[in-house]
Amino acid sequence: MFKSIWRIFFALVITLLMAGSVIAAPPPIKIGALFSVSGPAAPLGEPERNTAQMLVNEINKAGGIKGRQLELIVIDTQGDATKAVQGVNKLIKDDKVVAIIGPSTTGESMAILNIVEKAEIPLITCAAGSKITDPVKKWIFKTAQNDILAVARIFEYLKKQKINKIALLTVSDGFGSSGREQLVLQSKEAGFQIISDETYGPKDTDMTAQLTKIRGGEAQAIICWGTNPGPAIVARNVKQLGIKLPLFMSHGVSSKKFIELAGDVAEGIILPSGRVIVANQMSNKEPQKKKLLSYINSYSKLYNVEGDHFGGHAWDAMMLLKGAIEKGGDNPAAIRDQLEKTKKFAGIGGTFSYSPQDHAGLTKDAFVLVQVKNQAWTLVK
Amino acid sequence: MTKEKRQILIFLFFAAAVLATPLFLKGSYFLNVLVFIGINTMLAVALNLLLGYAGQISLGHAAFFGLGAYISGILTTRFAIDPWQAMGLAGFCSAGLAFVIGFPILKLKGHYLAMATLGFGIIMYITFNETVGWTGGPSGLSGIPNLHIGSLIFDNDWNNYYLIWIFTLGVMLLSINLSQSRIGRALRAIHDSEVAARVMGVNARVLKVQIFTVSALLSAIAGSLYAHTMTFISPVAFGFNFSVELVTMVIIGGLGSIYGSFLGAAILTMLPELLRVFKDFDIVLYGLMLILITMYMPGGLISGLSMLAKFVASKIRGKQSNA
Amino acid sequence: MDNSSQLAQYILSGLSNGAIYALIGFGFAIIHNATGIINFAQGEFVMLGGMLTIFFLVFLQLPLVPAIALAITLATVVGIVFERLAIRPLKNAKPLSLIIITIGASIFLRGAAMLIWGKDTHALPPFSGNDPLYIAGATILPQHLWIFGISILIIILNKAFFNFTITGKAMRACAYNSYAASLVGIDVKIMVLLSFVISAAIGSMAGIIIAPLTMTSYDVGIMLGLKGFIAVIIGGMSSGLGTVLGGLLLGLLESLGAGYISASYKDAIAFIILLLILFVRPEGLFKKKETQRV
Repeated sequence: MFKSIWRIFFALVITLLMAGSVIAAPPPIKIGALFSVSGPAAPLGEPERNTAQMLVNEINKAGGIKGRQLELIVIDTQGDATKAVQGVNKLIKDDKVVAIIGPSTTGESMAILNIVEKAEIPLITCAAGSKITDPVKKWIFKTAQNDILAVARIFEYLKKQKINKIALLTVSDGFGSSGREQLVLQSKEAGFQIISDETYGPKDTDMTAQLTKIRGGEAQAIICWGTNPGPAIVARNVKQLGIKLPLFMSHGVSSKKFIELAGDVAEGIILPSGRVIVANQMSNKEPQKKKLLSYINSYSKLYNVEGDHFGGHAWDAMMLLKGAIEKGGDNPAAIRDQLEKTKKFAGIGGTFSYSPQDHAGLTKDAFVLVQVKNQAWTLVK
Repeated sequence: MTKEKRQILIFLFFAAAVLATPLFLKGSYFLNVLVFIGINTMLAVALNLLLGYAGQISLGHAAFFGLGAYISGILTTRFAIDPWQAMGLAGFCSAGLAFVIGFPILKLKGHYLAMATLGFGIIMYITFNETVGWTGGPSGLSGIPNLHIGSLIFDNDWNNYYLIWIFTLGVMLLSINLSQSRIGRALRAIHDSEVAARVMGVNARVLKVQIFTVSALLSAIAGSLYAHTMTFISPVAFGFNFSVELVTMVIIGGLGSIYGSFLGAAILTMLPELLRVFKDFDIVLYGLMLILITMYMPGGLISGLSMLAKFVASKIRGKQSNA
Repeated sequence: MDNSSQLAQYILSGLSNGAIYALIGFGFAIIHNATGIINFAQGEFVMLGGMLTIFFLVFLQLPLVPAIALAITLATVVGIVFERLAIRPLKNAKPLSLIIITIGASIFLRGAAMLIWGKDTHALPPFSGNDPLYIAGATILPQHLWIFGISILIIILNKAFFNFTITGKAMRACAYNSYAASLVGIDVKIMVLLSFVISAAIGSMAGIIIAPLTMTSYDVGIMLGLKGFIAVIIGGMSSGLGTVLGGLLLGLLESLGAGYISASYKDAIAFIILLLILFVRPEGLFKKKETQRV
């Protein structure tokens, strides 16, 4: 008889405790995330996912936002726009998230724009294509620097080196074609002559044909626009064909993975990047330096590699969202409004100021030029 | 009851179950999954006509799916043509292409046919990727309008479910009719031995091309429906991997069985959802399933299920006779 | 740089790719001649060669030559296991079943590679450095020389094996008529196993020597396998000169097409060639016409 009384007692206690925890805690704020954690865009999606997760854990440990915990629901799109579309539908209809960060690539972002706009959920993407926020869409924001700015930086440098004949080698996907558009557009304004305009496919393993054509022309520099592994192959092919022209890349490969893949042939390559990968080379007067170093350190404590340029996009997205929720609550429309009002937010990628006409938020200063020296990134002054 | 009548009865039960399901699933995400299962079932049944009935292997069927999707997508976004008319055109063009290449390709047999269809599929995939001006290339084509009948717009899971499944049920019915007809018997004869069929007067060459064309037409219509429900398409969905997935669906479901095709489509569509934690295991599982089912259960899972049903039934009967 | 050096460059890369296709094609031909089936999983042996070598090199820190030897051995073991488990039990199955099984095996191997090594691309260091040499206005890497050298070696060994050794001749006998071969005392089962061993070894070697140039990942097997198949179709399923010529021809046409027509459609060119050959002359360019038994 005693045994059964004890059993009932324990059951009651446990039930009350559970009910108590359910009643006592207000429901979590659900945030959706679409990242290409695996697949060809993994160098982008994995650090982004890791950074977002790290931040959510930090925020929750510190008590959440206004007493409510955050719940991050991550969907791995594998860099596939179709999976991104399915994922965003699930996040909106099934998980009923109040905001979404990501996707990692331009192609995926373009694919889900209409759906997010229709569902009226704010989206902060980590992809770089200018077309995402130009023309401005009410619910779409981005934290990655525009390719407009990247191209401007490279051209500034080329002008200083008195180079005006260039060869383009761009990948045929969303990121590459967006970059190519900018390169062509800004070449006209800058007075550059495009000698060769070649493309390659995202899965190609041999660009010697295109480079042989470039070698036969009068170009003084080659600009390659794509994400790993293509540019690494291009770098190797350039060396293989004995081409001695300076080689420029896009911010799509501003990660250690590129140096890993390309190896020795990466030496001397210049590309625009966010400041985070050369944070310790910045002067102490730069306001971002402290934040960058602290991000790099906390990331490497958790994940054993340094926080990088792409993780930075997710950092910015997450922190911008946090600020918006703190000020406006967890209603999607309120979050959107607060995001749009953001001014001078000092993030990893740069200083963000949004407005109803500008949902990209950054200026040319968001980029610096870096060069590969001794298998590491160095700041180009 | 004759075999034919029983087949129709089974179909009616199936159709009723399909049409009633959404009533139990209002607003659930699972409805969205079922829409995809519907499209994949249509594709699997279309492929089954070729693979299961006529015994001709095609490793490039995703190409017709993609062709239908892109023609519909391009016509409705760039030329503002009415979606239903675009669907008709998409089907017509795909059927035309199938008819033209069908004659030379279906002269080949076995591995050569497999490789040739594979090559065709890859050529189409590269074309989708490279004709960026028309298709948007690797970034895909977005902003494809939804289908509508009058004021009824198919832009949510509920409406899309009925849209897709009515088409799919239609295709399944077509398949049943075909298999019960002279054409069906002729196809099975070709499957067993083409030379013997020819000797008996079957015009194998023309018949193979005809079934290839019908299969392509149905796949293209599925593609068109896919484009209008997703509103976004990209070449990734129409490549070699998907062609192999389709063949896998048909094989593990059961060659020549339309309910097998449904089963195969359902399993493979839901596998990524079920395996969320072990999602990297999906490719390994496909390969393993293909091998094991081909080796140990050549009739596919549907034959396994029917064996199970018979086994259970005999046990029950055994118990009854013992009681 | 003028047109002749561009042409020389295209010819060079065409020939070196072609040599690889020829090697992979051998793998198809040898298995087909011994068993009558096309081994869809051939491309995966190629993939395994490269991936395993990187694994031994990077994770077990072995020097290059032992890493390569171990990789080839392991790939061959995979080939044996595959033959034993999946091919032997189905000697009398329908052709459709055999096709599906080899497709299933190729998918399985690819999936296993993805599980073990992830989806990343990996770079294999070149055998002897990266500095280009100049020949006739074209640049050639030392790796290209390795490719040519090893390919020629394998071709010669192949020819010697099939024409001058008892085992080789026995395998050819099986290819002509396995029933008759078994009547004269040849153990057909062993011959079949041997064909898989040789194909896996050659295939993995091909994968290893091309990996420093094109990098490798879990799915390189698909395209390479297909191109090898095209080479052997052009060559008429021969395990000798025909396939070599087929591979070289394919590589050249691909490279010239990429250079002068369009680089993006390079793969499409290869498959159009495949379709043309299959439609017009399926027995290959280098063989006399055969009749098929009904």
